[in-house]
Amino acid sequence: MGYVIEGKTGPWEVVIGLEVHAQVISQAKLFSGAATAFGGEPNHQVSLIDAAFPGMLPVINRECVAQAIRTGLGLNAEINLWSRFDRKNYFYADLPAGYQISQYQHPIVGKGEIEIELSDGSTRRIGITRLHLEQDAGKSLHDQHPTKTLIDLNRAGVALMEIVSEPDMRSPEEAGAYLRKLRTILRYLGTCDGNMEEGSLRADVNVSVRRPGEGFRTRCEVKNVNSVRFVMQAIEAEARRQIAIWEEGGVVEQETRLFEPGRGITRSMRSKEDAHDYRYFPDPDLVPLVIDAAWVEELRRTLPELPDAKKRRFMEQYGLPAYDAGLLVAEAATADYYEKLARGRDPKLAANWMIGDLFAALNRTGRSIEDPPVAAEGLGELLDLLTDGTISGRIAKEVFEIMVETGEGARAIVEKRGLRQVTDTAAIEQAVAEVLAANADKVAEYKSGKEKLFGYFVGQVMKRMAGKGNPALVNEVLRRVLGGG
Amino acid sequence: MSLDFETVRRIAHLARIRVEDDELPKLAAELNTILGWVEQLAALDVAEIPPLTGPVSMALRMREDVIDDGGIPEKVLANAPERLGDYFVVPKVVE
Repeated sequence: MGYVIEGKTGPWEVVIGLEVHAQVISQAKLFSGAATAFGGEPNHQVSLIDAAFPGMLPVINRECVAQAIRTGLGLNAEINLWSRFDRKNYFYADLPAGYQISQYQHPIVGKGEIEIELSDGSTRRIGITRLHLEQDAGKSLHDQHPTKTLIDLNRAGVALMEIVSEPDMRSPEEAGAYLRKLRTILRYLGTCDGNMEEGSLRADVNVSVRRPGEGFRTRCEVKNVNSVRFVMQAIEAEARRQIAIWEEGGVVEQETRLFEPGRGITRSMRSKEDAHDYRYFPDPDLVPLVIDAAWVEELRRTLPELPDAKKRRFMEQYGLPAYDAGLLVAEAATADYYEKLARGRDPKLAANWMIGDLFAALNRTGRSIEDPPVAAEGLGELLDLLTDGTISGRIAKEVFEIMVETGEGARAIVEKRGLRQVTDTAAIEQAVAEVLAANADKVAEYKSGKEKLFGYFVGQVMKRMAGKGNPALVNEVLRRVLGGG
Repeated sequence: MSLDFETVRRIAHLARIRVEDDELPKLAAELNTILGWVEQLAALDVAEIPPLTGPVSMALRMREDVIDDGGIPEKVLANAPERLGDYFVVPKVVE
């Protein structure tokens, strides 16, 4: 039995579909030559087309089309060689034309699917209904003036891909996994940077509830949820609201709602009453978009290795467990780092150091894998010192922390601070003798059968040697001196 | 097909055109005339004819992904009824 919410009158299943708006990575906008870069001076990245001046005609950007095709291929979807643009009509202050150019009846990408991984290790396939190209709107600033709204059209006309899923998800976890997977694929493809904080990836969540085994009931759309965590919270909040209505004998009305993260609830957007009457019609300024099959094949040939394929390869080539491989391929830059590190080294050791020490260091320093405190070459040098016995595992952890703090190389730190592992048997024998002499009572206990004390002696010897004793040799010498080992 | 006054009122509202009640009968009659004319087309058998989506049979031409426009805030804002710095200013529109 999957995820259910226990209501007062029995269990309820949740049905979820996502509409994700992903901002296309391109230099110029979908239909104009104005720049797309984030954070420009207000209204400086606007052409007269974006501002909807009379008489201006849109001309489509080839790269935006290519990005949509690449994304479609990455979603295992059919590419429609013939598609068309329609006008979606509504009035809002940040939409100068009074319509958005979108693709309603004939999207550029049709049905596809992606595979998501869940925390219990299982996988599920989630259907993609379609992907279409459309223009973004401008930005409204409501908090800069008590009675006025300020409008910046820099974002107006930037290309978006709207990616619509089938209502295939049944839990907040699945929706979160879907959104994360979609983001990973887009970032691998280089078609969207996936930055949810800057709004380059935004999700509308369709939620309904039903009794297990029933058909679909009325759904509500929760708009513009801008983090994976909020998507998961919004689904649960909205599902509980709908369950309460059904259980009290009411009827859920189809409507658009907003999630309020602070209060953990969704609320109605009453002003969007007319919003669904968009009166779509084919844009008379734009003839059909016809794509050459050979171009699609060329784009397919130049696609990068995608996360699923990379994960499978990591498991086969490096012998990694699925969980580790999944962590390492979540970002292309992480996978690149790993492959540099693992080359010519023990792949499992490399994976452990990345997933453990390096990821912890990234978290602690707030840095990213693209700008790590220790580069792959540097960590590799450390692993080499560990593998050839120059330093012990314990010292290696210490050296790594010093590398993170100071940026110095592993070898330099080891030499400068005298951290080389001691493999000189005489030095180890001396340390052992000193420890045993200082603990005559414990030696007696050990000899009378309390063998657990062996670990204590090892610890004391290592401490006396400042962690630099070769652990295998320390064990060997201790066993010999204590006898009976 | 015949439009009632309520539908005409709604169409006007969606188009943000202000229509007084006494104008509704005249508008409804005009719209009904147009719809009646379009309905005559339904008598034609077009089962064998592919839909025509534009007056000419051609495909979109594409532009290269090059920044060659923008950087003209004065022109963009030239007709703004009100501005603040380089922003357009409109009455507060907030959910």
